[in-house]
Amino acid sequence: MITFEGVTKRYPDGTVAVDDLDLEIDTGRITVLVGPSGCGKTTTLRMINRMVDATEGTIAVDGKNVRDVDPPTLRRGIGYVIQQAGLFPHRTIEDNIATVPLLLGRDKKQARTDARALMDRVGLDTAFAKRYPAQLSGGQQQRVGVARALAADPPILLMDEPFSAVDPIVRANLQDEFLRLQDELEKTIVFVTHDIDEAVKLGHRIAVFQVGGKLAQYTTPDELLDAPASDFVRDFLGGDRGIRRLRFTQELDAEVAMGGPSGPPTGSTGATPAGSAEAGER
Amino acid sequence: MTPALAAELGGEPLFRWSYVRDNLDGPIWESLSEHLVLSFTPVLLGLLIALPLGLACARWTRLYPPVLAATSVLYAVPAIGLFVVFVAFTGLTYTTVIVPLSLYTLSVLVPSVVDGLRSVPEHVRQSAVAMGFGPLRRLVRVELPISLPVVMAGLRVATVANISLVSVGALIGIGGLGQLMITGMKWPGGNYPTPIIVAIVLIVALAVVADLVLLLVQRLLTPWQRAGRGARRAARRERAARLEEAR
Repeated sequence: MITFEGVTKRYPDGTVAVDDLDLEIDTGRITVLVGPSGCGKTTTLRMINRMVDATEGTIAVDGKNVRDVDPPTLRRGIGYVIQQAGLFPHRTIEDNIATVPLLLGRDKKQARTDARALMDRVGLDTAFAKRYPAQLSGGQQQRVGVARALAADPPILLMDEPFSAVDPIVRANLQDEFLRLQDELEKTIVFVTHDIDEAVKLGHRIAVFQVGGKLAQYTTPDELLDAPASDFVRDFLGGDRGIRRLRFTQELDAEVAMGGPSGPPTGSTGATPAGSAEAGER
Repeated sequence: MTPALAAELGGEPLFRWSYVRDNLDGPIWESLSEHLVLSFTPVLLGLLIALPLGLACARWTRLYPPVLAATSVLYAVPAIGLFVVFVAFTGLTYTTVIVPLSLYTLSVLVPSVVDGLRSVPEHVRQSAVAMGFGPLRRLVRVELPISLPVVMAGLRVATVANISLVSVGALIGIGGLGQLMITGMKWPGGNYPTPIIVAIVLIVALAVVADLVLLLVQRLLTPWQRAGRGARRAARRERAARLEEAR
């Protein structure tokens, strides 16, 4: 569990990016931070691995204050996926994936073997192992980004708009496979997006932020669509909230009809395994 | 040969192979090896200074404009002037030529290092931080390797410029192949073009070879660059083919 307690981030010029945030992020689930730009969602994410240090309050991972761990050590234990993948252009795909294991001093040969296994797992042809990032498409690079974040098998994964730089079809594909992967891995995932559809599709719980770094609502997707806590949230969900809700429930129904998440993980059916796993609760 | 040039040379042919034959092991070889030392040592020294200086300028951006101005002003000082000034401190030694030439390379190399570091995409830098690279490791394993193409481009310019500049040192008696030019100009019996031509040919050849060697080194050190270019070319070809099909 990741806990935010009274966390504020204030920059020297007086801007408040995150304002007195209390948040509990469930272990083994996908928690989505969503909101318009400038709402502090990325800052919140980055405070977990100390890319940004909080001005006030404490952030704890499983009860341990992140401030007590030196940043590089902390970061090697937390996977991170960034928007443009942020791959190292001068390293081959397998070496990109092996980055953190190598930083942790693991055997190079073993790390490369593991990297190839991971490529398989995220749906990348291992023939790409010796290629460079520039030789891959945007969607493929993003898969490498996910593989790299998973390489040292960290319990936590931070994802900052990982799928927003690719076209809608590739994005939908990546989202589906991401959910399938999460079904197997059950990582604690904090996922930042500005896209409410993506939030509803992926999130076990959704934290809606509003400009000024205030948490507007923190709840399940169903509850969010059902009962927006404020006008801001209602506006953010948009006029097609009803349609979105309809689509969301229809997908759930379809999965229940198919026999839930135990169905074949083809990944291309548009099914949302993580969503369906919670279908009963919702 | 034009009649005017022939008259100028007083019957001396433009090129005498016998000069090359008689002097190859002596003055020609000696000036060539001196030229090598005088042109490469300053580039190495310059790189050693430009790296930390460039890193500092990239890190503290306010430092960069004054440093850039200083190196550019230095570059504007004529070489012969600097040589004469340094004779006062270091006498008629290699140092007198090497120090000014090292300073000259800075005007190319410092911007190269700064531009190289700035060529590292911000998302790559950020992801290196997020993966848990400490500052030094990030510099050595991520930022410097990615800067390499830009730095190497600067290094090639500095090297070629230096190979040509060394000759000026001949005016104070330390100028590698430039020395052969002085020999030709001050021949006791009048003009003697052969040593001058030998010097020019060797200087140009040296510059071309040095540039090619550096290019080769760069290719070997940055295989990822060519991979990227190849991929972009392939993508262009594919787009063109699809467009053709669509028609």
